[in-house]
Amino acid sequence: MKYLCLVYSDEQDLHGLPNSPQDQECAAYAEKISQSGHLLAGEALQPVATATTVRVRAGDLQITDGPFAETKEQLAGFYMIEAKDLNEALRIAQDIPPARVGSIEVRPIRQLNT
Amino acid sequence: MSDAIHHTVQRIYREHSRQVLATLIRLLKDFDLAEEALQEAFACALKQWPDEGVPHNPTAWLVSTGRFKAIDQLRKHRREVDLVSEDTAVCQAPDPDTLHLEDDRLRLIFTCCHPSLSHEAAIALTLREVCDLSTEAIASAFLTKASTTAQRIVRAKRKIQSAGIPYEVPGKQALPERLQGVLKIVYLIFNEGYYASGGDSLQRVHLTDEAIRLGRLLTRLLPQSEVYGLLALMLLQHSRQDTRSKPNGDIILLEDQDRTRWHHDAIAEATALLPRALVGPATGSYALQAAIAALHAEAPTAADTDWQEIWGLYQALYLRTPTPVVALNQAVAQAMAGDIDTAISHIEQLANGDLASYFPAHAAWADLLRRSGRHHQAHERYHYALSLTRLAAERRYLQMRIEQYEKNIGSAVD
Repeated sequence: MKYLCLVYSDEQDLHGLPNSPQDQECAAYAEKISQSGHLLAGEALQPVATATTVRVRAGDLQITDGPFAETKEQLAGFYMIEAKDLNEALRIAQDIPPARVGSIEVRPIRQLNT
Repeated sequence: MSDAIHHTVQRIYREHSRQVLATLIRLLKDFDLAEEALQEAFACALKQWPDEGVPHNPTAWLVSTGRFKAIDQLRKHRREVDLVSEDTAVCQAPDPDTLHLEDDRLRLIFTCCHPSLSHEAAIALTLREVCDLSTEAIASAFLTKASTTAQRIVRAKRKIQSAGIPYEVPGKQALPERLQGVLKIVYLIFNEGYYASGGDSLQRVHLTDEAIRLGRLLTRLLPQSEVYGLLALMLLQHSRQDTRSKPNGDIILLEDQDRTRWHHDAIAEATALLPRALVGPATGSYALQAAIAALHAEAPTAADTDWQEIWGLYQALYLRTPTPVVALNQAVAQAMAGDIDTAISHIEQLANGDLASYFPAHAAWADLLRRSGRHHQAHERYHYALSLTRLAAERRYLQMRIEQYEKNIGSAVD
Protein backbone atom coordinates (compact mmCIF):
# COMPACT_ATOMS: atom_id res chain seq x y z
CA MET A 1 0.00 0.00 0.00
CA LYS A 2 1.02 3.60 -0.51
CA TYR A 3 0.94 6.04 2.38
CA LEU A 4 1.63 9.76 2.53
CA CYS A 5 3.42 10.79 5.70
CA LEU A 6 2.72 14.46 6.30
CA VAL A 7 5.21 16.22 8.56
CA TYR A 8 3.57 18.88 10.73
CA SER A 9 5.44 21.10 13.13
CA ASP A 10 5.49 24.50 14.71
CA GLU A 11 8.02 26.14 12.39
CA GLN A 12 9.98 27.56 15.34
CA ASP A 13 10.34 24.10 16.90
CA LEU A 14 11.34 22.54 13.60
CA HIS A 15 14.70 24.30 13.73
CA GLY A 16 14.86 25.99 17.10
CA LEU A 17 14.90 23.21 19.72
CA PRO A 18 18.01 21.39 20.99
CA ASN A 19 16.78 18.12 19.46
CA SER A 20 15.44 19.68 16.26
CA PRO A 21 16.59 17.61 13.29
CA GLN A 22 19.37 18.87 11.03
CA ASP A 23 19.06 18.71 7.24
CA GLN A 24 21.82 16.07 7.02
CA GLU A 25 19.87 13.79 9.36
CA CYS A 26 16.68 14.13 7.30
CA ALA A 27 18.60 13.52 4.07
CA ALA A 28 20.26 10.45 5.58
CA TYR A 29 16.90 8.99 6.66
CA ALA A 30 15.40 9.65 3.22
CA GLU A 31 18.42 7.88 1.70
CA LYS A 32 17.98 4.95 4.10
CA ILE A 33 14.29 4.32 3.35
CA SER A 34 14.97 4.91 -0.34
CA GLN A 35 17.60 2.14 -0.26
CA SER A 36 15.15 -0.21 1.46
CA GLY A 37 12.61 0.46 -1.29
CA HIS A 38 10.07 2.26 0.89
CA LEU A 39 10.48 5.88 -0.21
CA LEU A 40 8.63 6.83 -3.38
CA ALA A 41 9.03 10.60 -3.04
CA GLY A 42 9.75 13.08 -0.30
CA GLU A 43 10.50 16.77 0.04
CA ALA A 44 10.85 19.46 2.67
CA LEU A 45 8.76 22.59 2.20
CA GLN A 46 9.61 26.30 2.42
CA PRO A 47 7.99 28.04 5.45
CA VAL A 48 4.25 28.59 5.39
CA ALA A 49 4.79 32.34 4.86
CA THR A 50 5.70 31.49 1.26
CA ALA A 51 2.36 29.74 0.66
CA THR A 52 -0.27 30.90 -1.81
CA THR A 53 -3.75 29.38 -1.89
CA VAL A 54 -5.79 28.95 -5.04
CA ARG A 55 -9.56 28.42 -5.17
CA VAL A 56 -12.06 28.37 -7.97
CA ARG A 57 -15.61 29.28 -6.97
CA ALA A 58 -18.43 29.42 -9.51
CA GLY A 59 -15.81 29.68 -12.20
CA ASP A 60 -14.01 32.58 -10.49
CA LEU A 61 -10.36 32.22 -9.63
CA GLN A 62 -9.41 33.41 -6.13
CA ILE A 63 -5.77 33.67 -5.17
CA THR A 64 -4.92 34.48 -1.56
CA ASP A 65 -1.79 34.86 0.50
CA GLY A 66 -0.99 32.17 3.08
CA PRO A 67 -2.06 28.59 3.77
CA PHE A 68 -5.63 27.29 3.48
CA ALA A 69 -6.00 27.33 7.25
CA GLU A 70 -4.09 29.05 10.04
CA THR A 71 -2.99 26.35 12.46
CA LYS A 72 -0.50 26.07 15.29
CA GLU A 73 1.48 23.41 13.45
CA GLN A 74 2.25 23.79 9.77
CA LEU A 75 2.92 21.34 7.00
CA ALA A 76 6.70 21.21 6.75
CA GLY A 77 7.31 18.33 4.36
CA PHE A 78 6.12 14.96 3.15
CA TYR A 79 7.23 11.39 2.50
CA MET A 80 5.33 9.24 0.04
CA ILE A 81 6.08 5.66 1.03
CA GLU A 82 5.29 2.10 0.02
CA ALA A 83 4.55 -0.17 2.97
CA LYS A 84 3.13 -3.66 3.47
CA ASP A 85 0.46 -2.37 5.86
CA LEU A 86 -0.25 0.34 8.43
CA ASN A 87 2.05 -1.22 11.02
CA GLU A 88 5.01 -1.01 8.65
CA ALA A 89 4.03 2.54 7.64
CA LEU A 90 3.91 3.56 11.32
CA ARG A 91 7.34 2.02 11.94
CA ILE A 92 8.77 4.11 9.09
CA ALA A 93 6.92 7.23 10.27
CA GLN A 94 8.17 6.99 13.85
CA ASP A 95 11.78 7.34 12.66
CA ILE A 96 11.17 10.41 10.50
CA PRO A 97 13.42 12.89 12.36
CA PRO A 98 10.91 15.76 12.83
CA ALA A 99 8.60 13.31 14.68
CA ARG A 100 10.65 14.36 17.75
CA VAL A 101 9.47 17.97 17.60
CA GLY A 102 6.28 17.79 15.54
CA SER A 103 3.81 15.17 14.34
CA ILE A 104 3.59 12.85 11.39
CA GLU A 105 0.15 12.23 9.95
CA VAL A 106 0.04 8.91 8.12
CA ARG A 107 -2.63 8.71 5.42
CA PRO A 108 -3.33 5.82 3.09
CA ILE A 109 -3.50 6.72 -0.59
CA ARG A 110 -6.88 6.29 -2.26
CA GLN A 111 -7.00 4.85 -5.75
CA LEU A 112 -9.10 6.99 -8.03
CA ASN A 113 -12.08 5.17 -9.51
CA THR A 114 -11.36 5.54 -13.19
CA MET B 1 -31.54 -36.83 19.23
CA SER B 2 -32.09 -33.63 17.31
CA ASP B 3 -32.55 -31.82 20.63
CA ALA B 4 -29.21 -33.11 21.84
CA ILE B 5 -27.54 -31.94 18.62
CA HIS B 6 -29.22 -28.58 19.01
CA HIS B 7 -27.68 -28.22 22.46
CA THR B 8 -24.31 -29.33 21.16
CA VAL B 9 -24.41 -26.67 18.45
CA GLN B 10 -25.38 -24.06 21.02
CA ARG B 11 -22.53 -25.10 23.27
CA ILE B 12 -20.05 -25.03 20.40
CA TYR B 13 -21.33 -21.58 19.44
CA ARG B 14 -20.80 -20.34 22.99
CA GLU B 15 -17.35 -21.85 23.32
CA HIS B 16 -15.89 -21.57 19.84
CA SER B 17 -17.77 -19.06 17.70
CA ARG B 18 -15.23 -16.29 18.41
CA GLN B 19 -12.38 -18.59 17.48
CA VAL B 20 -14.07 -19.55 14.22
CA LEU B 21 -14.81 -15.88 13.50
CA ALA B 22 -11.20 -14.86 14.16
CA THR B 23 -9.92 -17.47 11.69
CA LEU B 24 -12.55 -16.57 9.10
CA ILE B 25 -11.50 -12.91 9.29
CA ARG B 26 -7.92 -13.94 8.54
CA LEU B 27 -8.94 -16.19 5.64
CA LEU B 28 -11.49 -13.80 4.13
CA LYS B 29 -9.78 -10.52 5.05
CA ASP B 30 -13.13 -8.91 5.70
CA PHE B 31 -14.99 -8.55 9.02
CA ASP B 32 -18.51 -8.37 7.60
CA LEU B 33 -18.02 -11.23 5.18
CA ALA B 34 -16.56 -13.33 8.00
CA GLU B 35 -19.53 -12.59 10.29
CA GLU B 36 -21.99 -13.63 7.61
CA ALA B 37 -19.95 -16.76 6.92
CA LEU B 38 -19.97 -17.62 10.63
CA GLN B 39 -23.77 -17.41 10.80
CA GLU B 40 -24.07 -19.50 7.62
CA ALA B 41 -21.72 -22.14 8.97
CA PHE B 42 -23.77 -22.56 12.16
CA ALA B 43 -26.99 -22.66 10.14
CA CYS B 44 -25.47 -25.51 8.08
CA ALA B 45 -24.42 -27.31 11.26
CA LEU B 46 -28.01 -27.21 12.54
CA LYS B 47 -29.21 -28.61 9.23
CA GLN B 48 -26.57 -31.29 8.61
CA TRP B 49 -25.37 -32.53 11.98
CA PRO B 50 -28.66 -34.21 13.01
CA ASP B 51 -28.30 -36.54 9.97
CA GLU B 52 -24.55 -36.75 9.55
CA GLY B 53 -23.52 -36.55 13.18
CA VAL B 54 -21.20 -34.03 14.82
CA PRO B 55 -17.91 -33.91 12.90
CA HIS B 56 -14.73 -35.09 14.54
CA ASN B 57 -13.28 -31.56 14.61
CA PRO B 58 -16.30 -29.21 14.71
CA THR B 59 -14.23 -26.02 14.74
CA ALA B 60 -12.34 -26.95 11.57
CA TRP B 61 -15.64 -28.04 9.96
CA LEU B 62 -17.20 -24.67 10.79
CA VAL B 63 -14.20 -22.74 9.45
CA SER B 64 -14.18 -24.64 6.19
CA THR B 65 -17.97 -24.51 5.76
CA GLY B 66 -18.02 -20.78 6.52
CA ARG B 67 -15.21 -20.20 4.04
CA PHE B 68 -17.04 -22.08 1.26
CA LYS B 69 -20.23 -20.18 2.00
CA ALA B 70 -18.32 -16.90 1.75
CA ILE B 71 -16.77 -17.89 -1.57
CA ASP B 72 -20.26 -18.79 -2.83
CA GLN B 73 -21.43 -15.40 -1.69
CA LEU B 74 -18.56 -13.69 -3.49
CA ARG B 75 -19.23 -15.66 -6.67
CA LYS B 76 -22.83 -14.52 -6.60
CA HIS B 77 -21.57 -10.98 -6.47
CA ARG B 78 -19.08 -11.73 -9.23
CA ARG B 79 -16.15 -10.70 -7.12
CA GLU B 80 -14.43 -14.06 -7.27
CA VAL B 81 -12.12 -13.01 -10.10
CA ASP B 82 -10.49 -10.30 -7.97
CA LEU B 83 -10.35 -12.59 -5.01
CA VAL B 84 -8.68 -15.49 -6.78
CA SER B 85 -6.14 -13.31 -8.48
CA GLU B 86 -5.39 -11.26 -5.38
CA ASP B 87 -5.13 -14.00 -2.87
CA THR B 88 -5.14 -17.68 -3.62
CA ALA B 89 -5.14 -18.43 0.13
CA VAL B 90 -8.84 -17.61 0.26
CA CYS B 91 -9.67 -20.32 -2.23
CA GLN B 92 -7.35 -23.03 -0.97
CA ALA B 93 -8.95 -25.25 1.62
CA PRO B 94 -7.26 -24.59 4.98
CA ASP B 95 -5.47 -27.52 6.56
CA PRO B 96 -7.04 -28.12 9.99
CA ASP B 97 -3.61 -28.76 11.48
CA THR B 98 -2.32 -25.37 10.48
CA LEU B 99 -5.40 -23.39 11.44
CA HIS B 100 -3.58 -21.49 14.21
CA LEU B 101 -6.87 -20.83 15.97
CA GLU B 102 -5.31 -19.38 19.10
CA ASP B 103 -3.05 -17.10 17.06
CA ASP B 104 -6.08 -15.84 15.20
CA ARG B 105 -7.86 -14.92 18.41
CA LEU B 106 -4.83 -12.89 19.42
CA ARG B 107 -4.66 -11.29 15.96
CA LEU B 108 -8.30 -10.29 16.32
CA ILE B 109 -7.65 -8.70 19.72
CA PHE B 110 -4.61 -6.73 18.51
CA THR B 111 -6.53 -5.55 15.45
CA CYS B 112 -9.58 -4.44 17.43
CA CYS B 113 -7.34 -2.61 19.93
CA HIS B 114 -5.06 -1.04 17.32
CA PRO B 115 -3.76 2.36 18.50
CA SER B 116 -4.91 4.01 15.29
CA LEU B 117 -8.52 3.45 16.41
CA SER B 118 -10.04 5.79 19.00
CA HIS B 119 -10.60 4.29 22.47
CA GLU B 120 -14.37 4.40 21.95
CA ALA B 121 -14.07 2.58 18.63
CA ALA B 122 -11.63 -0.01 19.99
CA ILE B 123 -13.85 -0.69 23.01
CA ALA B 124 -16.99 -1.11 20.91
CA LEU B 125 -15.23 -3.28 18.32
CA THR B 126 -13.60 -5.50 20.97
CA LEU B 127 -16.90 -6.04 22.79
CA ARG B 128 -18.67 -6.79 19.51
CA GLU B 129 -16.11 -9.04 17.80
CA VAL B 130 -14.11 -10.61 20.62
CA CYS B 131 -16.80 -10.80 23.33
CA ASP B 132 -19.81 -11.28 21.02
CA LEU B 133 -21.95 -8.63 22.73
CA SER B 134 -24.73 -7.27 20.56
CA THR B 135 -24.57 -3.67 19.39
CA GLU B 136 -27.66 -2.97 21.55
CA ALA B 137 -26.02 -4.43 24.66
CA ILE B 138 -22.86 -2.36 24.11
CA ALA B 139 -24.91 0.79 23.53
CA SER B 140 -26.96 0.33 26.70
CA ALA B 141 -23.85 -0.42 28.77
CA PHE B 142 -22.30 2.87 27.60
CA LEU B 143 -25.58 4.80 27.72
CA THR B 144 -25.38 5.65 24.04
CA LYS B 145 -27.83 5.08 21.22
CA ALA B 146 -27.59 1.77 19.38
CA SER B 147 -27.27 3.67 16.11
CA THR B 148 -24.25 5.60 17.47
CA THR B 149 -22.53 2.38 18.53
CA ALA B 150 -23.35 0.69 15.24
CA GLN B 151 -21.93 3.67 13.36
CA ARG B 152 -18.77 3.56 15.48
CA ILE B 153 -18.25 -0.13 14.70
CA VAL B 154 -18.88 0.36 10.97
CA ARG B 155 -16.36 3.23 10.84
CA ALA B 156 -13.76 1.23 12.73
CA LYS B 157 -14.08 -1.72 10.35
CA ARG B 158 -13.85 0.65 7.41
CA LYS B 159 -10.67 2.16 8.80
CA ILE B 160 -9.14 -1.29 9.34
CA GLN B 161 -9.79 -2.00 5.68
CA SER B 162 -8.84 1.30 4.09
CA ALA B 163 -5.89 2.26 6.29
CA GLY B 164 -4.40 -1.22 5.95
CA ILE B 165 -4.40 -2.17 9.65
CA PRO B 166 -2.89 -5.67 9.45
CA TYR B 167 -4.38 -8.79 11.00
CA GLU B 168 -1.31 -9.70 12.99
CA VAL B 169 0.23 -10.00 16.40
CA PRO B 170 2.94 -7.30 16.46
CA GLY B 171 6.56 -8.39 16.28
CA LYS B 172 8.87 -8.62 19.27
CA GLN B 173 10.00 -5.00 19.09
CA ALA B 174 6.55 -3.43 18.97
CA LEU B 175 4.85 -6.01 21.22
CA PRO B 176 5.40 -4.48 24.69
CA GLU B 177 3.95 -1.12 23.67
CA ARG B 178 1.09 -2.60 21.69
CA LEU B 179 0.27 -4.99 24.53
CA GLN B 180 0.01 -2.00 26.88
CA GLY B 181 -2.54 -0.57 24.43
CA VAL B 182 -4.59 -3.78 24.51
CA LEU B 183 -4.46 -3.95 28.32
CA LYS B 184 -5.56 -0.32 28.50
CA ILE B 185 -8.67 -1.06 26.42
CA VAL B 186 -9.51 -4.05 28.63
CA TYR B 187 -9.06 -1.94 31.77
CA LEU B 188 -11.19 0.88 30.31
CA ILE B 189 -13.98 -1.66 29.75
CA PHE B 190 -13.57 -2.85 33.33
CA ASN B 191 -13.63 0.68 34.74
CA GLU B 192 -16.66 1.61 32.70
CA GLY B 193 -18.46 -1.22 34.47
CA TYR B 194 -16.88 -0.61 37.86
CA TYR B 195 -17.27 3.16 38.17
CA ALA B 196 -20.71 3.25 36.60
CA SER B 197 -21.63 6.92 36.55
CA GLY B 198 -25.26 6.20 35.90
CA GLY B 199 -27.75 3.89 34.26
CA ASP B 200 -28.95 0.45 35.22
CA SER B 201 -26.28 -0.95 37.51
CA LEU B 202 -27.07 -4.54 36.53
CA GLN B 203 -26.17 -3.71 32.94
CA ARG B 204 -22.85 -2.31 34.06
CA VAL B 205 -21.78 -5.29 36.15
CA HIS B 206 -21.82 -7.11 32.85
CA LEU B 207 -18.88 -5.03 31.58
CA THR B 208 -16.64 -5.92 34.53
CA ASP B 209 -17.39 -9.59 33.82
CA GLU B 210 -16.54 -9.14 30.14
CA ALA B 211 -13.27 -7.40 31.01
CA ILE B 212 -12.30 -10.20 33.42
CA ARG B 213 -13.19 -12.80 30.80
CA LEU B 214 -10.97 -10.93 28.30
CA GLY B 215 -8.21 -10.83 30.90
CA ARG B 216 -8.44 -14.60 31.41
CA LEU B 217 -8.38 -15.17 27.65
CA LEU B 218 -5.27 -12.97 27.33
CA THR B 219 -3.43 -14.81 30.10
CA ARG B 220 -4.01 -18.00 28.12
CA LEU B 221 -3.01 -16.55 24.75
CA LEU B 222 -0.15 -14.32 25.88
CA PRO B 223 1.07 -15.35 29.33
CA GLN B 224 3.16 -12.28 30.17
CA SER B 225 3.60 -10.68 33.59
CA GLU B 226 1.59 -7.51 32.90
CA VAL B 227 -1.31 -9.60 31.56
CA TYR B 228 -1.39 -11.51 34.86
CA GLY B 229 -1.05 -8.19 36.68
CA LEU B 230 -4.09 -6.67 35.02
CA LEU B 231 -6.22 -9.79 35.57
CA ALA B 232 -5.23 -9.91 39.25
CA LEU B 233 -5.99 -6.20 39.64
CA MET B 234 -9.43 -6.52 38.06
CA LEU B 235 -10.30 -9.57 40.17
CA LEU B 236 -9.27 -7.81 43.36
CA GLN B 237 -11.26 -4.69 42.58
CA HIS B 238 -14.19 -6.83 41.51
CA SER B 239 -14.04 -8.74 44.81
CA ARG B 240 -15.22 -5.55 46.58
CA GLN B 241 -17.99 -4.85 44.10
CA ASP B 242 -20.80 -5.67 46.57
CA THR B 243 -19.45 -3.75 49.55
CA ARG B 244 -18.25 -0.44 48.13
CA SER B 245 -21.57 1.35 48.21
CA LYS B 246 -24.92 1.27 50.02
CA PRO B 247 -28.12 0.46 48.14
CA ASN B 248 -28.75 4.22 47.77
CA GLY B 249 -25.33 4.65 46.14
CA ASP B 250 -23.54 6.10 49.20
CA ILE B 251 -19.80 5.40 49.19
CA ILE B 252 -18.51 2.96 51.82
CA LEU B 253 -14.81 3.58 52.47
CA LEU B 254 -12.45 0.61 52.36
CA GLU B 255 -11.96 0.72 56.13
CA ASP B 256 -15.72 0.54 56.75
CA GLN B 257 -16.52 -2.26 54.31
CA ASP B 258 -17.85 -5.63 55.48
CA ARG B 259 -14.88 -7.81 54.60
CA THR B 260 -16.82 -11.04 55.02
CA ARG B 261 -18.81 -10.04 51.94
CA TRP B 262 -15.78 -9.63 49.71
CA HIS B 263 -15.61 -12.31 46.99
CA HIS B 264 -12.99 -14.56 48.51
CA ASP B 265 -12.79 -16.87 45.51
CA ALA B 266 -11.82 -13.90 43.31
CA ILE B 267 -9.24 -12.82 45.90
CA ALA B 268 -7.80 -16.34 45.97
CA GLU B 269 -7.61 -16.47 42.17
CA ALA B 270 -5.87 -13.08 42.09
CA THR B 271 -3.32 -13.82 44.80
CA ALA B 272 -2.45 -17.06 43.02
CA LEU B 273 -1.71 -15.02 39.87
CA LEU B 274 0.44 -12.43 41.63
CA PRO B 275 3.75 -14.35 41.65
CA ARG B 276 3.52 -14.59 37.84
CA ALA B 277 2.68 -10.88 37.64
CA LEU B 278 5.61 -9.83 39.77
CA VAL B 279 8.39 -11.72 37.97
CA GLY B 280 10.81 -10.02 35.63
CA PRO B 281 13.27 -7.17 36.01
CA ALA B 282 10.76 -4.31 35.75
CA THR B 283 7.46 -4.93 37.50
CA GLY B 284 4.64 -3.36 35.53
CA SER B 285 2.18 -0.84 36.87
CA TYR B 286 -0.82 -3.20 36.77
CA ALA B 287 1.12 -5.78 38.77
CA LEU B 288 2.10 -3.15 41.36
CA GLN B 289 -1.49 -1.94 41.68
CA ALA B 290 -2.60 -5.55 42.03
CA ALA B 291 -0.01 -6.13 44.77
CA ILE B 292 -1.36 -3.09 46.62
CA ALA B 293 -4.96 -4.29 46.22
CA ALA B 294 -3.91 -7.75 47.44
CA LEU B 295 -2.48 -6.31 50.67
CA HIS B 296 -5.83 -4.69 51.34
CA ALA B 297 -7.67 -7.88 50.45
CA GLU B 298 -5.52 -10.03 52.72
CA ALA B 299 -5.88 -7.84 55.82
CA PRO B 300 -8.50 -9.45 58.13
CA THR B 301 -9.47 -5.98 59.42
CA ALA B 302 -8.71 -2.45 58.24
CA ALA B 303 -6.44 -2.00 61.27
CA ASP B 304 -4.33 -5.00 60.17
CA THR B 305 -3.49 -3.39 56.79
CA ASP B 306 0.25 -3.39 56.07
CA TRP B 307 0.50 0.31 55.20
CA GLN B 308 4.29 0.31 55.36
CA GLU B 309 4.41 -2.25 52.53
CA ILE B 310 1.68 -0.43 50.59
CA TRP B 311 3.62 2.82 50.87
CA GLY B 312 6.69 1.07 49.45
CA LEU B 313 4.68 -0.31 46.53
CA TYR B 314 3.27 3.15 45.79
CA GLN B 315 6.82 4.50 45.69
CA ALA B 316 7.70 1.81 43.14
CA LEU B 317 4.54 2.63 41.19
CA TYR B 318 5.43 6.31 41.17
CA LEU B 319 8.82 5.49 39.65
CA ARG B 320 7.01 3.67 36.86
CA THR B 321 4.12 6.06 36.34
CA PRO B 322 4.92 9.43 37.89
CA THR B 323 1.46 10.97 37.76
CA PRO B 324 -0.02 13.37 40.34
CA VAL B 325 -2.77 10.86 41.16
CA VAL B 326 -0.20 8.18 42.04
CA ALA B 327 1.63 10.80 44.13
CA LEU B 328 -1.63 11.48 45.96
CA ASN B 329 -2.16 7.78 46.74
CA GLN B 330 1.45 7.47 47.81
CA ALA B 331 0.98 10.33 50.27
CA VAL B 332 -2.19 8.79 51.72
CA ALA B 333 -0.31 5.49 52.22
CA GLN B 334 2.51 7.39 53.89
CA ALA B 335 0.02 8.97 56.28
CA MET B 336 -1.55 5.62 57.07
CA ALA B 337 1.92 4.18 57.62
CA GLY B 338 2.38 6.77 60.37
CA ASP B 339 3.99 9.86 58.85
CA ILE B 340 0.84 11.96 58.66
CA ASP B 341 2.43 15.44 58.81
CA THR B 342 4.78 14.89 55.85
CA ALA B 343 1.89 13.35 53.95
CA ILE B 344 -0.37 16.34 54.58
CA SER B 345 2.26 18.74 53.25
CA HIS B 346 2.67 16.56 50.11
CA ILE B 347 -1.06 16.54 49.53
CA GLU B 348 -1.32 20.27 50.18
CA GLN B 349 1.23 20.82 47.42
CA LEU B 350 -0.65 18.55 45.00
CA ALA B 351 -4.06 20.02 45.82
CA ASN B 352 -2.71 23.54 45.26
CA GLY B 353 -0.95 22.46 42.06
CA ASP B 354 -1.63 19.72 39.51
CA LEU B 355 -4.71 18.40 41.31
CA ALA B 356 -6.31 21.77 42.13
CA SER B 357 -9.64 20.81 40.59
CA TYR B 358 -9.45 17.09 41.43
CA PHE B 359 -12.07 16.40 44.09
CA PRO B 360 -10.41 13.29 45.62
CA ALA B 361 -7.24 15.28 46.41
CA HIS B 362 -9.19 17.77 48.52
CA ALA B 363 -11.29 15.03 50.11
CA ALA B 364 -8.11 13.09 51.04
CA TRP B 365 -6.52 16.26 52.41
CA ALA B 366 -9.62 16.87 54.52
CA ASP B 367 -9.66 13.25 55.76
CA LEU B 368 -6.02 13.48 56.87
CA LEU B 369 -6.63 16.79 58.63
CA ARG B 370 -9.55 15.14 60.44
CA ARG B 371 -7.46 12.10 61.38
CA SER B 372 -4.72 14.34 62.75
CA GLY B 373 -7.27 16.17 64.89
CA ARG B 374 -7.31 19.46 62.93
CA HIS B 375 -11.10 19.41 62.74
CA HIS B 376 -11.67 23.05 61.91
CA GLN B 377 -9.27 22.96 58.92
CA ALA B 378 -10.77 19.65 57.86
CA HIS B 379 -14.25 21.16 57.93
CA GLU B 380 -13.14 23.98 55.60
CA ARG B 381 -11.46 21.54 53.24
CA TYR B 382 -14.55 19.28 53.08
CA HIS B 383 -16.55 22.35 52.07
CA TYR B 384 -14.06 23.14 49.34
CA ALA B 385 -14.10 19.54 48.08
CA LEU B 386 -17.89 19.70 47.99
CA SER B 387 -17.69 22.61 45.55
CA LEU B 388 -15.70 20.39 43.16
CA THR B 389 -18.06 17.45 42.73
CA ARG B 390 -21.54 17.03 41.34
CA LEU B 391 -21.83 13.28 41.88
CA ALA B 392 -24.60 12.67 44.40
CA ALA B 393 -22.80 9.87 46.28
CA GLU B 394 -19.61 11.92 46.66
CA ARG B 395 -21.59 14.95 47.82
CA ARG B 396 -23.44 12.88 50.43
CA TYR B 397 -20.16 11.56 51.83
CA LEU B 398 -18.70 15.07 52.17
CA GLN B 399 -21.91 16.44 53.64
CA MET B 400 -21.90 13.62 56.21
CA ARG B 401 -18.38 14.67 57.31
CA ILE B 402 -19.38 18.33 57.45
CA GLU B 403 -22.47 17.57 59.52
CA GLN B 404 -20.43 15.37 61.86
CA TYR B 405 -18.15 18.31 62.56
CA GLU B 406 -21.03 20.73 63.02
CA LYS B 407 -22.74 18.33 65.43
CA ASN B 408 -19.58 17.86 67.45
CA ILE B 409 -18.63 21.50 67.55
CA GLY B 410 -20.80 21.97 70.63
CA SER B 411 -18.88 19.21 72.43
CA ALA B 412 -15.61 21.08 71.71
CA VAL B 413 -13.66 18.64 69.63
CA ASP B 414 -11.12 21.20 68.48
